[in-house]
Amino acid sequence: MQRFIAIRVLQSLMAILVMSMIVFGLARLSGNPIDVMLPLEAEQADYDRLSKHWGLDKPITTQYFIFIKKALQGDFGDSLKYQGKSAMSLVTERLPATLELAGFALLISAILALPIGVLAAVAKGSSWDTAAKIIALLGQSLPAFWLGIVLMWVFAVMLDWLPSSGRGGLRHLILPAITLGWFQVAVIMRLVRSSMLEVMDSEFVKLARVKGIPEWKVIWKHCLRNASIAPLTVFAIIAGSLLTGSVVTETVFTWPGIGLLVVDAVRSRDFQVVQAVVILFAGIFILCNLLVDILYAYLDPRIRYQ
Amino acid sequence: MPQLTTRILPWYAVPWVIDGWQKVKRYPLIPLALLLFVMVIPAIFAPWVAPHDAFLGSLSDRLQPPVWQSGGTSEHLLGTDKLGRDMLSRIIYGARVSLTVSLIAIFVGGIIGTALGLISGYFGGRTDSVIMRLVDISLALPTILLALVLVAAVGPSFGTVITVLIVLLWARYARLVRGETLAIKELDFIARARVAGASHTRIMFRYMFPNVVNSLIVLATLQVGYVILFESALSFLGAGLPRAEPAWGVMVADGRELIVTAWWVSMFPGLAIMLTVLSLNLLGDWLRDHLDPKLRNL
Repeated sequence: MQRFIAIRVLQSLMAILVMSMIVFGLARLSGNPIDVMLPLEAEQADYDRLSKHWGLDKPITTQYFIFIKKALQGDFGDSLKYQGKSAMSLVTERLPATLELAGFALLISAILALPIGVLAAVAKGSSWDTAAKIIALLGQSLPAFWLGIVLMWVFAVMLDWLPSSGRGGLRHLILPAITLGWFQVAVIMRLVRSSMLEVMDSEFVKLARVKGIPEWKVIWKHCLRNASIAPLTVFAIIAGSLLTGSVVTETVFTWPGIGLLVVDAVRSRDFQVVQAVVILFAGIFILCNLLVDILYAYLDPRIRYQ
Repeated sequence: MPQLTTRILPWYAVPWVIDGWQKVKRYPLIPLALLLFVMVIPAIFAPWVAPHDAFLGSLSDRLQPPVWQSGGTSEHLLGTDKLGRDMLSRIIYGARVSLTVSLIAIFVGGIIGTALGLISGYFGGRTDSVIMRLVDISLALPTILLALVLVAAVGPSFGTVITVLIVLLWARYARLVRGETLAIKELDFIARARVAGASHTRIMFRYMFPNVVNSLIVLATLQVGYVILFESALSFLGAGLPRAEPAWGVMVADGRELIVTAWWVSMFPGLAIMLTVLSLNLLGDWLRDHLDPKLRNL
């Protein structure tokens, strides 16, 4: 077990390192940031002065090591676009909005997915089951950005029930959270359904029935508790994909979170902010994967390395 | 004298029609038909099917509603966008763009992944662990961010989008093929081929490859939908295909700020994406069940 964890941790560190190299290399490849900062009529001397100021005159490997060293201290440099603000402070400023959205999306998808998954399993082959199948299929096929626009059109423009964009109270959260959570509903629901089917077939459930426990209690207490182990292990993956999926959703609803920040930063070639966000997201994503693997290995000893 | 009558069966009760229908019914007709009409026919015959030029519009025709809404004309069945370009024609050309991008990406990604998977599974040892670690790392990268940075760095174009997709796709093929290769390697006919003097390359590509083709077809079909979704999401974010291309994702993005005045600009391209991906998923599921049921959890 310890060996397994050690190997997986090492792999995750490698993945983060590769990600940092890709990000660093590509950010440099995207063009000289000084071109954006200086006016067209700037002299060579101005270029040299600014290069020196931002440390862009050093060899690329040195720049990378400086980048890594500072990144480990949480310092990604100052934003080029927002003068006088550090990239990290921009990220932490925007983080609560993204976490709020992702958390709410997770809540909505769990509230929707659990009952539908359970009902689909209990009434296998019924219209509930068909409905569940259709939801799962649509979850895989609907482009999230389009779903967001359709929801906006129906509930904000035509019915005028909910605000179309921006951050505010609970009402602002509903549409973006549904857009973000929609795909996860399909994933969680399918998992709940299949593990419910498995659990409902087991001996202890039959025993519970024989003992005369009411059917609703058998299903919602005995079965669901045992069936929720499998969905719980993918929850971490889901949390990771919620964070990255927020890039699209936040762009649709101009939600002032990290996703919007990174899209803006990419457009304005704001190196430092892009690096900070991508490394942070990659870190969270890879960490989630690591946690899931360890959790799995803990629950299912067959997975551990020999 | 009794009258001889021949009972003429209605056409739908003629035996060979019934037989034929029974045979056809085994195939996933609805997804196939959908796919044919939304994707394949428009993509291949775009210049002949499209009623108008997809790139040129006239500003006097801008933002015309679809034909069934008041103000719409039969000239532009699905209306026009803010530059006066015909929506239907753009969607038809969009099918061509989506299909080209996803097929090239899957084909190249599939070749790289399959080759590496075969090598990894066949040779084992250090080669195997190096390739598999690469696969692990590649699968652990957050895809959309990577794509965003890559496209933003090199600039949006066909080439960069396809490169991004290949980088994202190869690892799944490598993992799948390696797994299958490990099992096939132990079979008798491989040992016999070795004894008969076949080279490693020949064994891998002549004897092992044909045995993984079914799984590859299933995986590729299941991935077309995913790739189309991913490409359109990238294009929507402005990090995919260039703005001028009639790509479905770009068109949805164009319509985002027009949602109050001209709903049709983003509605129809999105519908096209959804129908295509939906039918591809159904088709993939069907193929998997028939060709390779053991891939259930792909």
